[in-house]
Amino acid sequence: MAIEVRIPTILRTYTGGEKAVEAKGDTLQGLIDDLDSRHAGIKGRLITDEGNLHRFVNVYVNDEDVRFLGSLETPLKDGDSVTVLPAVAGG
Amino acid sequence: MSPDVLTLPRTMVDQVLAHARRDHPDECCGVIVAKDGLPTRLFEMENAERSPTGFTFASAEWLRVYRDLDDADEEPWVVYHSHTATEAYPSRTDIRWSETAGFPYWLLVSTRADEDEVRAFTITAGVVTEVGLQQT
Repeated sequence: MAIEVRIPTILRTYTGGEKAVEAKGDTLQGLIDDLDSRHAGIKGRLITDEGNLHRFVNVYVNDEDVRFLGSLETPLKDGDSVTVLPAVAGG
Repeated sequence: MSPDVLTLPRTMVDQVLAHARRDHPDECCGVIVAKDGLPTRLFEMENAERSPTGFTFASAEWLRVYRDLDDADEEPWVVYHSHTATEAYPSRTDIRWSETAGFPYWLLVSTRADEDEVRAFTITAGVVTEVGLQQT
């Protein structure tokens, strides 16, 4: 089950410069684990040490922010698309 | 192109200042994108916090803008926002977010006084460095 994952500029050091890569998983958590097995280290930029989605990134499944879907438990199916972006904020 | 100077069209700086005045007393925020290091487009973003002390890019809007610039082979270049009660200098919150936001430059506007105050910075590994702002 291949799912396209779009990677932002700041994380393309992990993907050899590729804008989009493929990964597999039944949930977002599974997808990120698989992504990390192909692009070592990227998981640490997406998930905290406590195992939650990092607040410094936005992850979208089919253009919906996963914070409104089920976070890391969001189910995935063949043909879905996942986009990762840096969250942008300040004070 | 020197990292010590941020060069922007005067029209873009004017647009940032107008945006800051319009959203005052809340902070405004937005993005200038570039191609091959040359600024190409400015996107005024919605501040999802609608706050006088903070800003967050609205998630759905940021996805649309990012896809647009990425498809055009542009890159995130400048993130701008306003401070409405303090100087145009990166706050501790700005510095914390800068490490992961992925912008080479931070442009700060202060609307605390009648006179416009706009300054440009790089923030690298938590270190703030002011750079010149050249308007063309």
